[in-house]
Amino acid sequence: MTFVSRKPYVRKSYWNAPTMSWWERSYLFEIVRGMTITGGVFMRNMGRWMTFRKGALTTYYPEERRADYAANNRGKHVLTQRPDGRPQCIACNMCATVCPAKVIEIEAAFDPDDPVHPKYPARFEIDYSRCVFCGLCVEACPEDAIRMVADVPDLPSGERQHMWLSLDELLHWNPQSDVAKPYPAKGAGTRTREPS
Amino acid sequence: MQDLAVSLVFIGYAIGVLMTFGLVLTWVERKQGAIMSDRIGANRAYLRIPFTQVKLVWWGLFHGLADGLKMLLKEDWKPIAHDRFAYMIAPWVVFAPVLLVFAVIPFGGTMVPAKLFEALPAVAGWFADRTYPLQIAPLDAGLLVVFAFSGITIIGAMLAGWSSSNKFSLLGAVRAGSQMVSYELIMGLSVLGLILIYGTVNLDAIVRAQSGVLLGVLPAWGVFLQPFGAILFLVAATAENKRIPFDLPEAESELIAGYFTEYSAMKMGLFMFAEFIEIAIVAALFTTLFLGGYNLPYMTDAGFVFPGGHEVALPHGVVLALQVVVFLAKVFIMCSFQILVRWTLPRFRYDQLLRFAWKFMFPLTLANLTVTAVAVWALHLARG
Repeated sequence: MTFVSRKPYVRKSYWNAPTMSWWERSYLFEIVRGMTITGGVFMRNMGRWMTFRKGALTTYYPEERRADYAANNRGKHVLTQRPDGRPQCIACNMCATVCPAKVIEIEAAFDPDDPVHPKYPARFEIDYSRCVFCGLCVEACPEDAIRMVADVPDLPSGERQHMWLSLDELLHWNPQSDVAKPYPAKGAGTRTREPS
Repeated sequence: MQDLAVSLVFIGYAIGVLMTFGLVLTWVERKQGAIMSDRIGANRAYLRIPFTQVKLVWWGLFHGLADGLKMLLKEDWKPIAHDRFAYMIAPWVVFAPVLLVFAVIPFGGTMVPAKLFEALPAVAGWFADRTYPLQIAPLDAGLLVVFAFSGITIIGAMLAGWSSSNKFSLLGAVRAGSQMVSYELIMGLSVLGLILIYGTVNLDAIVRAQSGVLLGVLPAWGVFLQPFGAILFLVAATAENKRIPFDLPEAESELIAGYFTEYSAMKMGLFMFAEFIEIAIVAALFTTLFLGGYNLPYMTDAGFVFPGGHEVALPHGVVLALQVVVFLAKVFIMCSFQILVRWTLPRFRYDQLLRFAWKFMFPLTLANLTVTAVAVWALHLARG
């Protein structure tokens, strides 16, 4: 037969147990104090809302941009343009290779009219639903064709396929060109393809 | 015939008001809590006007509609081992008494159709010299009926917890049972002082007694006659409604959802709805007993009588409309106060809850009652 201790349960006491004064222990006055605080916050915020100001700390996410992004935050890609507006990219696939999240998809094409840079991207797409914003693509690029700028992708969507950025948008949402490396314009009048 | 018509109108009004309060309070609770904690709150649900791109957001008011629709369309899932009959009626046992309580609460003064429809002699003639208090059931035992009905809710909670054969539900039901029985006692005792003073349990008579003045200036509201009683009643009513800080029966962090863990779809919705309507009921009761009911200070059925002896007579229709609006406004303010409490205080521990009831509130209510009784007796003696 095993012996079971029948000692009554004693709540353990701690050396740093909080102590309350009789005022605090009477509960009612302290909850009234608490409710004046929360009620005061309510009145303050409600007053702001009713005078057409914002009474909350929340940022409406897609509609508003929060003010406290870091100064060196780089959140959106840019494809640089040549002086004639075509992409600087030579479709070498270095960025797509180095990308740890494998979000860049490039489909290269051949342009016989441009002997200096015959290879160009027919399709250049970035899947922002998976991008980790590491910036390795920018470092890998030999042509300074892809950059990241201080912005946020702003692509909230209910559908994953809506979170891809196309070549067109990457080129034109914030047009930038490589000033350090000027290119001669492609042969005049010989172009058969409009810049995408 | 006339009585039937008036009663039907009153019942329609009462159900409409309660349902509206139930729906709107779900929104108010979210929105007020959000504003109290520097947030924005639910604001994405919208109604789109058909064939246009006009989206009515209206500060998220349609979230209640979306919730209701979701609950109606969800699968009504039942546990395998549930007790079918008890499981089925439990939500209604909780929901129906809550609605019934409103029947005895006066939401306006006395309606005199002959005066109200002076412009329509046919209607006025049909009603002849009948008068109706704005109250579905003008019972002499009004307050007793309130306590009788609100006692039935306990049975509903116990039934729900027992029939769903789930340990969490059972624990929640046991907690609900002991908590509600304890606090029902305190709720009853805390209004006894008021009954002693007014000498009646007829709610309409109690409201009428509060339309006078005390000491020349103070409105004779129950809250000034029985300040302790008012606080104790409000605390006990919050506990009775199982809301934070007394929400032990449905403590999410411990019991999932307490006694209605195993309920889904609209059955669960009925429990939630009953809780929100009960907020309105508690507010209406508190308004009736302690805040002068449908009367503004210095207001009577004929108009205003200010302390200086200055009188403002108002037409009957205006007074009636004013009384109904004042009652609703008071009820809404009290609802808002309960929501303030809910978003401010942390939950009790269970032993604290029962100790609070029996060792703190119970002696206080008894002391309040004793002091009131002695004072009433002394006044009675002084008057001779």
